[in-house]
Amino acid sequence: MSVFIILLLPLIATALVCIPFKRHWASGVTAVSCVAVLILSARIALQVAAGDSVVSTLKMGLLKWIAVDGLSALILLLIAFVAATAAIYSVGYMAHENLTPWKLRLYYANYNLFIFSMLAIPVLAEPTLVWIVVELTTLCSALLVSFENTREALEAAWKYVVLSLMGAGMALFGFLVLFAAMQASGSDGVYTWKGLIAAAPLMPPVLLQTAFLLILIGLGTKVGLVPMHTWLPDAHSQAPSPVCALLSGIETSAILYVILRLFPVMQASPNSHAETWALVLGLISVGTAAFLLLQVRDYKRMFAFSTVEHMGIILAAVGLGASAAGYGAMQQIVSHCVTKSFCFFAAGAVLMTMGTREISAVRGLIRRSPAAGAALVFGGLAIAGAPPMAVFLSEFSILKAGLTQKQYVATGLLAIFIVIAFFGIMLHINRMVFGAPENQNNGTTEKNHIEPQPVEKFHVPFSCRLALILAAVPVFVLGVYIPKPLQDLLTQAAAALTR
Amino acid sequence: MSDTTNQLLDNLNALAAGLFLLTAFGIVAMRQARGCMNLFIVQSLLLAASAALLGLRHHSAHLYGVALVNLISKPIIVPWLLRRTASAEIYTRREIDQVLNIPTALLIALALAILSYFLGQPLLNSVAPEFRGPNVPIGIAGLLLGAFTLTVRREALPLLIGLLVMENGAFFTGIAISRNLPLLVELAIATDGLIIVFISGVLIRAVQKHVGTTAVGELASLKEAAAEPAAKEAGK
Repeated sequence: MSVFIILLLPLIATALVCIPFKRHWASGVTAVSCVAVLILSARIALQVAAGDSVVSTLKMGLLKWIAVDGLSALILLLIAFVAATAAIYSVGYMAHENLTPWKLRLYYANYNLFIFSMLAIPVLAEPTLVWIVVELTTLCSALLVSFENTREALEAAWKYVVLSLMGAGMALFGFLVLFAAMQASGSDGVYTWKGLIAAAPLMPPVLLQTAFLLILIGLGTKVGLVPMHTWLPDAHSQAPSPVCALLSGIETSAILYVILRLFPVMQASPNSHAETWALVLGLISVGTAAFLLLQVRDYKRMFAFSTVEHMGIILAAVGLGASAAGYGAMQQIVSHCVTKSFCFFAAGAVLMTMGTREISAVRGLIRRSPAAGAALVFGGLAIAGAPPMAVFLSEFSILKAGLTQKQYVATGLLAIFIVIAFFGIMLHINRMVFGAPENQNNGTTEKNHIEPQPVEKFHVPFSCRLALILAAVPVFVLGVYIPKPLQDLLTQAAAALTR
Repeated sequence: MSDTTNQLLDNLNALAAGLFLLTAFGIVAMRQARGCMNLFIVQSLLLAASAALLGLRHHSAHLYGVALVNLISKPIIVPWLLRRTASAEIYTRREIDQVLNIPTALLIALALAILSYFLGQPLLNSVAPEFRGPNVPIGIAGLLLGAFTLTVRREALPLLIGLLVMENGAFFTGIAISRNLPLLVELAIATDGLIIVFISGVLIRAVQKHVGTTAVGELASLKEAAAEPAAKEAGK
């Protein structure tokens, strides 16, 4: 029942924000609804972690396909967490943008619809319905990407829509073939993730493999796996920062979740090579992203490439195949979500302070705005995988699992790429935060427009600081200590990756 | 039903499939935006016809539903929606230079169509005989040609139609091999298609208003290496 309320809340919020009312009405409603969703999701996650299963008691219409297990509960919780912090962050960030009331309402209406479409991904258990909500995430977020209506934002949104929908077309074909495979297996089960796993041993391997590859490539486009990643840095850098946090922090992982759902199905079929595909595609993504990270010029694009890197790490970890690696992959999803959303909040604070996205134009940030500078350093260290943080712990457990699996080549490559990415990210961030302000270099570069007031302080809005602090808590805490319920949830989620 | 009727229905379905493939070729090559739209409408009608014929052949009321949904959503609502959101002006656009010239594009399209027969063969072998037919390879061809359209076009409307052709292709196979999909799901997918058109229409209008072109393929300022001029503009 509470799952139902979780899905309903964003829709109600969408309707409410459309009402023209006071200045902070839309942002307030959104924040309240997102926090409520977070509380309900946390309750469901606790319930699932304790061993109860959550299935819909209503047997009508779309509702009968609602089912939540460990893996879905984990993703649901993460979506709700990022949605809530991003909603709080939006209050200050959007107020800073000086928008017309109409435009502001448009933002929040889209925001809530986007949240709805994402929340529906983990709780629905019917693959074609999941495909539809995946498609809806693209469509609901397209206008958020193009929100600023600049040439670049429109270009990014168009690329995002066309490439994601192209992938979605392939994935649709894959899901239809999967349904055919289910029918061909002669099983009379329902077409759900569970039914698929049950029917998998009898499915014709050709159909199963075709479906898997089509879905891997189709949805992989939306995850940002490397040959299909070209839209990702554009869309994830041009959208308003809270939306970037959602897109990069959680949307990619939520789509990856759909791909992960197919692994237990594939394991039933002999020599399916699903793991090999995942490992190869994952390593290519990590490697390419690591080298591209060295040459970025835009700090939001930098974080976007780091998302490509992390998605690659997760997929490669699943490809390593052991249950320990599966646990590591789940841990990496959690740490990626909390850290990457924090990074984009930090990037948004920098953007508010400096008014530019260029790395070379931002120097001596720590003097302009200590809050933004400190957040950026913390975020950079955390996302690159510096020791006491969440990402370090999860990457470490993946590498450890890889070594115990005796996959030395793959693990070695993964380690090298992670190190390259670390230096790429820290190099840029170090320059931005601590580099000498431009005017001391005496105008050797063309960015004269920020020179005159290097010491003028900028204060990051209160709600943004609040969101930064809230998002920073798990980034730090999960690096040193994973609470028992979360541990149970991660174990259950990792178990859902194998038969 | 007697064998001759079944034979006739199969032949009619094969005819619809052949014409379906032909329209996909046409969309690759057509220069006029309006022509692309018309071909897409014909293609959707053929998809609906094929669904209805298969429904008649296999006594599946569900496929009639699919045919009806397709008949209403694509040929009628899609063009109307596009005109409302993106303004009628995009219909008048003519694409002078495609990425490839038309004969080359058609040759590659032909290769893709042949490829799709090879790709479809293993699929056909592993489904029950009643699911076999021309729909599987032709659907794959539709999918590939739609994707190909996306790579060679620059104008917004043909690109959007390329996306819709991909979806049509997936469906064309779908009506043959996975015909018991819940109707609710089919309805949701059709609605989804309409949302695609709506959102793309709004985007096209925004591009037209703020950038002053509908040749979206030429928007290419966001890059890593050569980002200098665009980034400067953005910084100002």
